[in-house]
Amino acid sequence: MATTITVNGKSHAVKASENTPLLYVLHNELGLHGPRFGCGLSQCGACSVLADGKEIRSCVTPVALVAGKKVTTLEGLPALWAGRKEQSADATQQLHPVQQAWIDQQVPQCGYCQNGMMIQAVDLLTKNDNPTDAQIKSAMNGHLCRCGTYPRILKAVKQAAQTMRSAS
Amino acid sequence: MTGLLNEPGSRRRLVADAVERAMPAVEPLADGLVRLVDEKEMSRLSFLKAGGALVVGFTALGALTKAGSANAATQSTLAPAANSIDSWIAIHADNTATIYHGKVELGQGSPTGLLMIAAEELDLGMDQIRSQRIETGVTPDQGFTAGSSSISGGGPQVRQAAAEARLALLTMASQRLGVPVSQLTVDRGVVSGGGKTVTYGELLGDQRFNAKFTGKAPLKPIDQYKLVGTRVQRVEIPAKVTGTYTYVHNVRVPGMLHGRIVRPQGQGEYGKPIVPLSVDESSIAKLPGVKLVRVGNFVGVVAKDEYTAIQAASQLKVKWQESPTLTAIGNIGEAFRNAKTTDRTTFNKGNVEAGLAKASKTFTRTYLAPFQTHGMIGPSAAIVDYQENGITTVFSHTQLPYSQRDKVAKILGKTPAQVRLIRIEGSGCYGHSAYDDAALAAALMSKAVGAPVRVQYMRWDEHGWDNYGPAQLTDITAGIDDKGNITAFSYASTQPGWMSTETAEEQNGAVVPNATGNADLDNSGAQYALANRRVISRSLPNVNGGVPKVVWMRAPGAPQALHATEQMIDELAHAAGMDPIAFRKQNIDNYRWLGVLDEVARISNWQPRVANSVSQTGNIRTGRGVAIGGFASTYAAVVAEIEVNMKTGKIRATHMYAAQDQGLAISPSLIEQQMEGCLVQGTSRALLEEVVSTKNRVTSLDWASYPILRFKDSPDVTVSVIDNKKEKSSGSGEPTTAPVPAAIANAFFDATGVRMTAYPMTPARVRAVLAEA
Repeated sequence: MATTITVNGKSHAVKASENTPLLYVLHNELGLHGPRFGCGLSQCGACSVLADGKEIRSCVTPVALVAGKKVTTLEGLPALWAGRKEQSADATQQLHPVQQAWIDQQVPQCGYCQNGMMIQAVDLLTKNDNPTDAQIKSAMNGHLCRCGTYPRILKAVKQAAQTMRSAS
Repeated sequence: MTGLLNEPGSRRRLVADAVERAMPAVEPLADGLVRLVDEKEMSRLSFLKAGGALVVGFTALGALTKAGSANAATQSTLAPAANSIDSWIAIHADNTATIYHGKVELGQGSPTGLLMIAAEELDLGMDQIRSQRIETGVTPDQGFTAGSSSISGGGPQVRQAAAEARLALLTMASQRLGVPVSQLTVDRGVVSGGGKTVTYGELLGDQRFNAKFTGKAPLKPIDQYKLVGTRVQRVEIPAKVTGTYTYVHNVRVPGMLHGRIVRPQGQGEYGKPIVPLSVDESSIAKLPGVKLVRVGNFVGVVAKDEYTAIQAASQLKVKWQESPTLTAIGNIGEAFRNAKTTDRTTFNKGNVEAGLAKASKTFTRTYLAPFQTHGMIGPSAAIVDYQENGITTVFSHTQLPYSQRDKVAKILGKTPAQVRLIRIEGSGCYGHSAYDDAALAAALMSKAVGAPVRVQYMRWDEHGWDNYGPAQLTDITAGIDDKGNITAFSYASTQPGWMSTETAEEQNGAVVPNATGNADLDNSGAQYALANRRVISRSLPNVNGGVPKVVWMRAPGAPQALHATEQMIDELAHAAGMDPIAFRKQNIDNYRWLGVLDEVARISNWQPRVANSVSQTGNIRTGRGVAIGGFASTYAAVVAEIEVNMKTGKIRATHMYAAQDQGLAISPSLIEQQMEGCLVQGTSRALLEEVVSTKNRVTSLDWASYPILRFKDSPDVTVSVIDNKKEKSSGSGEPTTAPVPAAIANAFFDATGVRMTAYPMTPARVRAVLAEA
């Protein structure tokens, strides 16, 4: 029987075998390229997605393991944020505060790793909307960036936390 | 999908077919920068074609329509003429412009800088201007995107083209309005004069300029700049944070198969044949629909399903010839010292021996720098759609679109005109993508199976088969007199030459030529006013030299050279009993070096004192160090503040500071972003990074065996851009990384009184050096 997964609020019947890592299903069946292949070893975090709100590495997670969970990718963050707030007409058009902070702080250089950074930041800020610098660094420590954007990510997470606190 | 383009019966229909094949199968590209064809392009193209003189670009899309529909006679993938305005700029009816430049986005933002330059000259807003996707035959050949050259080298070309376009537009406006050009003003593409206005779009909307450069177009004086020098956001960042940006990894074309390379996990010595002694095809018989590709010594697998291809590549049993000749890695000091090198004196001023004889104190030291990997977070990826009788299409993240196109043509036995290359951004690469081995592998596989093939490296491919930044052994002898003046500086470095042949080419039978490695002339004492200075370059053969393949890596050669030079300068300062910055200033006569030193002292609140003159006890010692150096004609100064754990040997860079003079600052915010990145990446290279191997193969195959700096260990960063309007813009993508290892090593001496003459300064190496001291 085919695996069915729910990604960004939509249900999909998966063609790939159930041991295929989720990442390849997102890329090749769903056309979602926010999560990216970095290492295939769960070492770098470029492939991160949220499963029931918790950050996981899609490059090593068999697709069958997320059946029954709500998967959110980078593309789904605006809707995730809209769902948290009072619904308004243009709510789905508004970026998640994390994404907006990434633009305001001009975080990305090549941007390849930033998917995982933003997903991890959403995971963190959902649990703790007022993290200390040390808590942010600790939460983000499993994600690698080669361009050297860590200092700007720190600023952006703090900005996003501020926005999320004032919205709630 | 691409419904906008599907109008049956129109010429656009053909192109729409082509786009459907070229585009990702699921979503049309949405980031604005990456549309291959849109209505603006189409109207411009029909004019280009109608113009006759210049046959470019999108007619070549015929190659991606159904087989046989391509008309080779009308296709050109050759570079548009550099002296024609239409090769660079298109003005659209909606009063916007498209800039056709050849400098690629490497994640460093320079295309935003080029757009600022063009917008400034044309008096357009940033919201009225965009870059064309870079493609052979469509965008001009601006050579390599390397050496921090996009703004310094590419900028003046774009500026000139924009000035020529502006003059042509103002000449048209003058005729339309009946007002002399000299009395016209422009704001956001609206030309005003004599109480009347007309827009660029009204003057030319999607028509060709049909004009060559006059050579007489006046450039806007710098003091009239309104946009250049202001803080402008990078144009592609919104797409990058929403998941709509197209990386080369995202591209899918219809009928495409997924390919993976099969080779030993980790390269051996460069130039040694990579020979499969036996290939057991039965080992992958159980996997459905897998094709084995063997071309010469090249082995690969292709499959319709990506994960199946990955499994096949990992399960295919191949016995590889082993050759224990990779002798230099992990043994640079001995291997480079004993190597047969070709030695040349590449700089000689005054008389070093006489200078040393005059010195009251002399010092001689040897310094070692490691092989390092570029470490792209996203591994190489490419697609090739081989056409036996038409135009072959390549999607590549190369840094040099036209040269890479030529390499793909060569490996396929085609002429350059038979291959078009569409350049799409990859992961930040820092020199890695000078040559795109993945595209060459995809070419071999596509030709073998007769279908478009997408190749993506696995992590071990990327780490294990990278063209590394070269290791270096440096000997310096220098002396000072009683007054703290440098009397002589003798620098000799051993380094391998850079590779020119990629692995797929080697496996396809290419002969691998040797190359000469050169000493860094800029960072071997040239910062200082030295009466007696000598540089000797000892070139190690890169074939039969016991080394892996090496090529440029961010600020090529400069961190290695400065780690030696700037530590020796620091040692001289200490011997002179002087503050490291005061000593440098006394021995410098160039105002730009003095400027960056003063500025980095200011932002780091540097208090003058002799290094290692503060007595410290306890396990955690603190230190601060300075170093200056440059790259690409840019001047950089770095101060490092560090902590050393005397027990564990761990160095933590707590705060890094940099000041940089790159001449006129086109985009200060872009430069700051690059400087910050250089400080963090440079810290990683200084403290952690070293390729390791056995005598047979590289064993740095992932982020565990080749760690880079993580968030918790990332320093705070403070940077300052010196906007030196008196000097031409020079490069900003690399220079600030160059002094970082030296600044940290100097801070280590300040903290401990011990010199770190080899990097990376890992805990194990620090413990060993402290134990010896």
